[in-house]
Amino acid sequence: MSPMPASYLWFIPLLPFAGFLINGTLGRRLPRAVVSAIALLFTALPAAIVAWLWATMRAAGAPDSIEVVSRPWIAITGFHVDFAFTVDHLTLIMLGVVTGVGFLIHIYSVGYMAEEEGYWRFFAYLNLFMFFMSVLVLAESFLLLFVGWEGVGLASYLLIGFYFKKTSAANAGKKAFVVNRIGDFGFLLAMFLLILHFGSLSFTQVFATIGQHPEWQGVRFLTAIALLLVLGAVGKSAQIPLYVWLPDAMEGPTPVSALIHAATMVTAGIYMVARCHVLFDRAPIALTVVACIGAATAIFAASIGMVQHDIKRVLAYSTVSQLGYMFMACGVGAYAAGIFHLLTHAFFKALLFLAAGSVIHATSGEQDMRKMGGLRTRIPVTFWTMSAGVFAIAGIPPLAGFFSKDEILYQTFASPNPIFKLLWLIGLVTAGMTSFYMFRLWFKTFFGESRFEQHSLDHYGAAVDARSSTTLAAVAEHDESQAAHSHGVHESPWIMLFPLVILAILSVIGGWVGVPAALGGHNEIEHFLDPVFASGVVAEGAASSAGHGLELGLAALSVLVALAGLYVAYLFYYKKPGTAAELAERAKPAYVVLQNKYWVDEFYANFLVIPLMMFTRGFLELIFDRGVVNGSGRAAGFVTRIFGWLARKQISGNIRSYAGWLAIGAAAVIAVMIFGRSLWVHL
Amino acid sequence: MVPTAYYLILAAMLFSIGIGAFLIKRNVITIFISIELMLNGVNLTFVAFAQMWHQISGQIFVFFVMVVAAAEAAVGLAIIISIFRTRQTLNVDEIDLMNS
Repeated sequence: MSPMPASYLWFIPLLPFAGFLINGTLGRRLPRAVVSAIALLFTALPAAIVAWLWATMRAAGAPDSIEVVSRPWIAITGFHVDFAFTVDHLTLIMLGVVTGVGFLIHIYSVGYMAEEEGYWRFFAYLNLFMFFMSVLVLAESFLLLFVGWEGVGLASYLLIGFYFKKTSAANAGKKAFVVNRIGDFGFLLAMFLLILHFGSLSFTQVFATIGQHPEWQGVRFLTAIALLLVLGAVGKSAQIPLYVWLPDAMEGPTPVSALIHAATMVTAGIYMVARCHVLFDRAPIALTVVACIGAATAIFAASIGMVQHDIKRVLAYSTVSQLGYMFMACGVGAYAAGIFHLLTHAFFKALLFLAAGSVIHATSGEQDMRKMGGLRTRIPVTFWTMSAGVFAIAGIPPLAGFFSKDEILYQTFASPNPIFKLLWLIGLVTAGMTSFYMFRLWFKTFFGESRFEQHSLDHYGAAVDARSSTTLAAVAEHDESQAAHSHGVHESPWIMLFPLVILAILSVIGGWVGVPAALGGHNEIEHFLDPVFASGVVAEGAASSAGHGLELGLAALSVLVALAGLYVAYLFYYKKPGTAAELAERAKPAYVVLQNKYWVDEFYANFLVIPLMMFTRGFLELIFDRGVVNGSGRAAGFVTRIFGWLARKQISGNIRSYAGWLAIGAAAVIAVMIFGRSLWVHL
Repeated sequence: MVPTAYYLILAAMLFSIGIGAFLIKRNVITIFISIELMLNGVNLTFVAFAQMWHQISGQIFVFFVMVVAAAEAAVGLAIIISIFRTRQTLNVDEIDLMNS
């Protein structure tokens, strides 16, 4: 191994943590430039270390994994956990996404948050998130992974509720936290079962033990552990039925949505399933559950995303849907395809969120797409970069999303299980829906008549109402500078555009690392991940036998579907803008169902939250807390008061009564001394 | 030689008279005298047993009691005087500052 002191691994999480400590304690007093310099430096350095790690691990003869152990962390009889980090090729990809995309989003945030109150707090939280996320991906044991897992949940909570003076933001943070606890409950139970059956939480040891027992195929306890882990992953990665927190999480600042709720944290569930693939491969039932949950979530969230008006909510539902794809990939055993999609999704979804942030920034805080439109010429850099993201996610070749999504669809189709053919169909339909809602967003935001102007005129109520019917572009022709000033539509500063451009390039070329053999590529990412998934690739045999013709055919089909989505969106929102409203009117029931997001939130509120609250208020608070807990306290107090009252009665202040008591006491002592012994003997 | 029991009976009588007076009397001076009476009853038992067992320690104890009683008399009389000066009475039933 080349001279790579493994202890450098410690710096990857510790540097952002140092940044968090500095900005968190001193940030309030530091000037903004210093705060951003600290935050950027302490995320750039880990990114550099990760780049170096890449170079080391890709060198010929490099080991499959590097491991550093600090010392025993928890050590009791028959069970111990080390504080250990490990880096293999899977971790490397995750680290690349976390530190690379994370660093870009830090840069973007400097521009986006420039005017915000609590600037230092924002960067302190972001660095805290980077710390926990790198702990999560570097962890060598379930327990350390859980530490990172909870930590990113905390950072997510803090950042969703960043505008904590806004009730909806505070509530959204709380909701995310509470919903995630349900998943964590499963994760914890899974860890308890692991300790029970393996006596260890170390990945290496658990997976080695499983490897030594080939007879454990589909045994009950492995299935139970896997299903409980799935519950954890479902919470963190926002899958049915625990996805409800993610759309609400959009209350946080947009860079947070990009970093935590699109690119990194929500993919932790997929990472965890992929990390535990040895376990999951032995639990086919759990895998099928994963695949079904993934497919169901993908189409469910995509259908909701089609009718949302808030630009960030469309992206949020799109994220839920794409995470569903990744789940589906893991469920059919195509872990590498899932991780590949995770990678490309990190690029284009971070890009889409940041570009949406740029649009919001340009329109001074407008998030409703009904009030946008025609922004193409006003903010050209944002438009072009966002277009790269939109085409990438829609699966138009040769952009990133096409390769990864296609790989998942192909692997699903090629896997031997007949149910998975149905999942493939769902995935294909979802691909069309994805394409539709993304181009809907694209057309509504950037093309057509500007609806922003009217709104802004209402808003500013001012000078230019004579031009209220003309488009922004026309206004721009008339009087460029005046329009720009009076409407406030402005391109974002370069510090926000630079990360957009980088991510746009990555969204275009990011998929080329996974060009399948059928299209003349080498599918490098899959081979890169071979050392990790070698023991677990289920679909590979099927894949190679199925032949290239099938793969090409499926790819062509999904491109057609994506183009169909594009065409429908073009018809509805560009060619004849009224069509969508007409259709919504004609298919009113369906539209209302989608518009209300299937009433899932209402369902949870009425059937889970309210009964729980009633139980808490009625039983726990009224009967148990007030009755039993308070009651026993009061009873103890009452008894003490009775004794106190009796004793107080004796304090008369009269010397002779004291003397009387004294005499009686002395007489009693003497009586006991004289007669007590004989009484005792008799008894 | 006088039997020890006689001394003890006399001591018990002195002590009982002391207790009775302590409980019945209201004047502080009288109460004070009754305490001295009880102390002397106890002293008498000490010397009686010392003589009976031919042990000197009982007599030494009596000296200690006498010394403490003398000191106590000095302090006690001073307290009584100051009480009389402030309240113009020596009736213990009227001196009940501790009454809640």
